[in-house]
Amino acid sequence: MTTITAPRPTVQGSRHRSYVVTDAITMLRRNLLHMIRYPGLSVFTIVGPVVILLMFVFVFGGTLGAGLPGVDSAGGRAAYLAYVMPGILAITIAGTAGGTATTVSMDMTEGITARFRTMAISRAAVLAGHVLGNTIQAIIAVALVLGVGVLIGFRPTATPIEWLATFGLIALIAFAITWIAVGMGMQAKSVETASNLPLLLVLLPFLGSGFVPTESMPAGLQWFAEYQPFTPIVETLRGLLLGTPLGWNAVLAVGWCVVITVIGYAWSMIIYERKSVRS
Amino acid sequence: MTTTAIAVQGLRKSYGSKTVLDDVDLTVKAGTVTALLGPNGAGKTTTVHILSTLVRADAGTLTVAGCDVSRDPDGVRAAIGLTGQFSAVDGLLTGEENLLLMARLRHLGAKRSKSRVAELLEQFDLVEAARKPLATYSGGMRRRLDLAMTLVQAPSVIFLDEPTTGLDPRSRHTVWDIVRGLVSEGTTVLLTTQHLEEADQLADHIAVLDGGRIVADGTPDELKSLVPGGHIRLRFADAAALDTAARLLKQSARDGSARDDAGLVLTVPSAGGVGALRAVLDRLDAAHLEVDDLSIHTPDLDDVFFALTGTKESSGRADSKGT
Repeated sequence: MTTITAPRPTVQGSRHRSYVVTDAITMLRRNLLHMIRYPGLSVFTIVGPVVILLMFVFVFGGTLGAGLPGVDSAGGRAAYLAYVMPGILAITIAGTAGGTATTVSMDMTEGITARFRTMAISRAAVLAGHVLGNTIQAIIAVALVLGVGVLIGFRPTATPIEWLATFGLIALIAFAITWIAVGMGMQAKSVETASNLPLLLVLLPFLGSGFVPTESMPAGLQWFAEYQPFTPIVETLRGLLLGTPLGWNAVLAVGWCVVITVIGYAWSMIIYERKSVRS
Repeated sequence: MTTTAIAVQGLRKSYGSKTVLDDVDLTVKAGTVTALLGPNGAGKTTTVHILSTLVRADAGTLTVAGCDVSRDPDGVRAAIGLTGQFSAVDGLLTGEENLLLMARLRHLGAKRSKSRVAELLEQFDLVEAARKPLATYSGGMRRRLDLAMTLVQAPSVIFLDEPTTGLDPRSRHTVWDIVRGLVSEGTTVLLTTQHLEEADQLADHIAVLDGGRIVADGTPDELKSLVPGGHIRLRFADAAALDTAARLLKQSARDGSARDDAGLVLTVPSAGGVGALRAVLDRLDAAHLEVDDLSIHTPDLDDVFFALTGTKESSGRADSKGT
């Protein structure tokens, strides 16, 4: 071994130093590059919720708003816009899960994940790249959708501190949902399945207090609506943005986010170990 | 250079009730190329996946570049590179970005990364395509990029899992040249292949894997000497001539001669050499038999392969070979 033209890894040197953060940033850069290079997926995550927002406000809003407690029939549409906005933000975040699951699944089929696994990179760093990338994307999407809401007349009453709390909660929800989406993307047998599975998440805010008060639902559904994670999440967003009473909702919302994150993380790591080789 | 780069002892792996690897022993000396040769499903890829820490072995002692595969996988990972049969590239990035990604993950530092990437693009003939998305790359280009990504930080042991499958002859020769270049720099290569020619061209040492067991092991020449296999192939104009010739040459034919009535072909074993050929032709000449076509088949790894793995097709072999 006399002519060595390229750097050889020094086993001692690279083994004892941890590069988790450096590697996570490298992977994040890769994910952001994907988003910039292929903005189609990102645009879709914004257009979808905006269409739903416009439809619910301008098509159904007059009637739905008039049915809200304490709203007279004349102010129905404006009242409904205020009511539905937190739900729309929730489905915006849930909607970005589809993009994450798709890109994770594409990674698996490309075989690049197997390559990462044969390199001395932290397992968590590979997935953290996806998670951080998507969390950033979700926050941008929420900001844009909220902007559209303001354009059509949504007027939040939040104080600066409440805005900060809103931002924090949205980041937390996005983080939690993304870990679940990573698990879904890795579990899926094909890219097509991976892009469909997270649609279930988008349905959840509809089956909660996102679009109509849960009291108006039949008993069984009402029970589900009150105990599913999106109801306290939506109620907390509503409380922060519009000053409705928070109660235990904020604690429940944060609790759910932590639980979802832990489950998503554990699930993803298990599948990562088991599945990143094509058999 | 006599140190051992890869040492495998008693490797076993099964998926459910299906045994994929059954007590495999393998030793690869540092700085050499070893080919793992075998038909589909022999366990080649599983072996490579286990050695590159992707799959856990059920049993066995495995050492790669001085690190125990099960106890120190990160040590192994720091020393190896793997290029699999499916290209492990990021299809949404350009070739250059793919290489930069690898350089960053190998922690080369910004300046060193740039120069190394430029070097590899040059070496692998990808300079023109460097800034183009991978969607525009041909199969050969993707494979070259894949290999370049493996070599960003020249690993001391490289696993190549069927590196030329699906490549056209020119790209295959490019890959072969790259492998030879690596070995001349002191890299150890473990290569899996179904192509005997590839093993013959590249490998210092060949291990034939069949049904999860090593059925033969040695240098290409050692393996060839295991099988006599040389023969002369004669084609005649009609069935009568074939018949006469078969009767005529029968006395001299030991086991190994074969006739193919449909193709009017007679295969006569021969140790090779002009003398043996002349003897056969003289006999045919004396009987006034016209030979339409003649070819001489010297023993090659195909014979070894078919003899050892038992997947020989009785007539297919003679037809696909011969010069």
